[in-house]
Amino acid sequence: MTDVNLNSLRNQPDERGRFGMHGGRFVAETLMPLILQVEGAYKAACADDDFARELLYYQTHYVGRPSPLYFAERLTAHYGGAKLYLKRDELNHTGAHKINNVLGQALLAKRMGKTRIIAETGAGQHGVATATACALFDMECEVFMGEEDVRRQKPNVDRMRLLGAKVHPVTSGTGTLKDAMNEALRYWVANAETHFYIIGTVAGPHPYPQMVRDFQSVIGIEARQQIMDAEGRLPDSIVACIGGGSNAMGLFHPFLDEEDVTIYGVEAAGKGIPSGLHAASLTGGTPGVLHGNRTYLLQDDDGQIIDAHSISAGLDYPGIGPEHAWLHDQKRVNYVSATDEEALDAFHLCSRLEGIIPALEPSHALSFVGTIIGDMDKDKIVILNMCGRGDKDLGAVLPMLEERGKL
Amino acid sequence: MSSRIKTAFANAKAEGRGILGVFVTAGDPDEGTSAQILDALVEANVDIVELGMPFSDPMADGPAIQAASLRALTNGMTLAGTLEIARGFRQRHPDTPLVLMGYYNPIYIYGVDRFLAEASDAGVDGLIVVDLPPEEDDELCEPATAAGLDFIRLVTPTSDAKRLPVVLGSASGFVYYVAITGITGTSSAAADSISAAYKRISAATDLPVVTGFGIRTPEQAGEAASLSDGAIVGSAVVEIIAGNLGEDGRGTPEIVSKIAAFVGDLAKGVAGKTG
Repeated sequence: MTDVNLNSLRNQPDERGRFGMHGGRFVAETLMPLILQVEGAYKAACADDDFARELLYYQTHYVGRPSPLYFAERLTAHYGGAKLYLKRDELNHTGAHKINNVLGQALLAKRMGKTRIIAETGAGQHGVATATACALFDMECEVFMGEEDVRRQKPNVDRMRLLGAKVHPVTSGTGTLKDAMNEALRYWVANAETHFYIIGTVAGPHPYPQMVRDFQSVIGIEARQQIMDAEGRLPDSIVACIGGGSNAMGLFHPFLDEEDVTIYGVEAAGKGIPSGLHAASLTGGTPGVLHGNRTYLLQDDDGQIIDAHSISAGLDYPGIGPEHAWLHDQKRVNYVSATDEEALDAFHLCSRLEGIIPALEPSHALSFVGTIIGDMDKDKIVILNMCGRGDKDLGAVLPMLEERGKL
Repeated sequence: MSSRIKTAFANAKAEGRGILGVFVTAGDPDEGTSAQILDALVEANVDIVELGMPFSDPMADGPAIQAASLRALTNGMTLAGTLEIARGFRQRHPDTPLVLMGYYNPIYIYGVDRFLAEASDAGVDGLIVVDLPPEEDDELCEPATAAGLDFIRLVTPTSDAKRLPVVLGSASGFVYYVAITGITGTSSAAADSISAAYKRISAATDLPVVTGFGIRTPEQAGEAASLSDGAIVGSAVVEIIAGNLGEDGRGTPEIVSKIAAFVGDLAKGVAGKTG
């Protein structure tokens, strides 16, 4: 196609940070000068080959990129349909995709002369990645984590402490990711001049959704090359789980203009969408403004935010990145969901068939794959983003699997 | 500028003092007590009443006002209920300026046009919406100004020379100087920093400049009002509610009487009669 650039879905956001009606910069005035500064610094970094070189160096030698694209032979045989490939971002240093973004932002902070870092975390993977980068680059690290998540993700709390980060348990609200983000923003407002806030997902005020997507796009760029090498063609479907949506955006973005690639984002349906106890902002939410951007939110008729529910702390967020909201409106990506129970089954299945213990987050995506892949022809190809490993979830998952007679 | 806000500043100036603004959250701790608290504020000579629109996720507020929002929401307050409280206030108090303060999402969900029409009709004079910087002016600031409501801007210690004209460009009513880099109800600012900021801001605007965030005592209120065009107190008042709740989490007569006494002292502080 000759007019691919004019019609590209890859040119968002506009200069106001809007993805269609979503995105923007809905923050307190105290933060505006800082956000404009980050935007300026990010633009300058993007134009600087040294920045790209430095990031590539750490991606290669510290994180272990590129992550493999692995043909999951036994899962493929189990489902009896299309070929399933796993993009193995759980093999990254620190065990998830989060480090891709954190290294980018930490290097940006370094360029800006900031040595104090703030982060929010849900499952703790972003907190661990941030604590890791701060140890590496000799920066101070303050991580905000809901107290409920501190409890259910204890191994990650221990890792952060060992790495030298200060973990602030957040007791306001329901003590999950939303409240951790409120508290991190409050802390940033109070320390705006000295601290850099490393947001962990493709949400927040502009330029964060764009910046985090760009840093995570390494996933999709690699996957594209790897599937060409392995199969000589692009996949038929790509699938990723979505909380805020950074691993999904990273996989999806390089494929957005490929009309023949069907894209699925899998939200957490918790105890089921009709129960109201879920974290599926697109399936069960409406547009609103929270945490610096407009996007789909779980909220009531009065615009009060409703708590999300998911077995997975990393998906337990009542919003979603604004670019996903836009792709949903554009109908480019199919947003679907999987329940706690379904994710648990997939967690068990993947462990037993592939010897890969997945995090609960991508277990949602795998569960959805199980519902479509068996009906696809055997020459079709599906790529699933295995965005994190499940060690952190064992404490929560093992008792549930025992209860269900699976251990 | 709303004529009520203009008159309030003119009256204070004629008396040789700054204005006193007091913030409370609508429906905190319950609808009935909230209306009585507002009456007590007027009785105690508060010049401008700021009525908080409760929100579940107040990201610029400290623990005191977070808890106030939560109490109000728990006891059933909504944005429609807040507008009703405003309407009742205006019927009882035709002259005291009333400003609604809060976050954008409840307004966005209510519908901007519907909200502005009902707020104007209820007798609201101005709006302070914390998470709408000038970059998002077309969302609410422009239609609010067109509807005759003042859009009051927050200027902060991070508003540098480059930022200040941007912030003041679409401001009306008065300018709210956030004296600390932080959330409500935490630390307090030093006198020399308020005075330097006032000089800087008032050189860039004809609007009155009032000081808020971290003002907790009659002495601090008096000082802030003498160094700028007025002082705003919020968390210290809201904490009286938190400390005097009934067992059912609802209002008590002590809340109203203690707020009346405290705000009376604040008014004296601003009038230069203490300290």
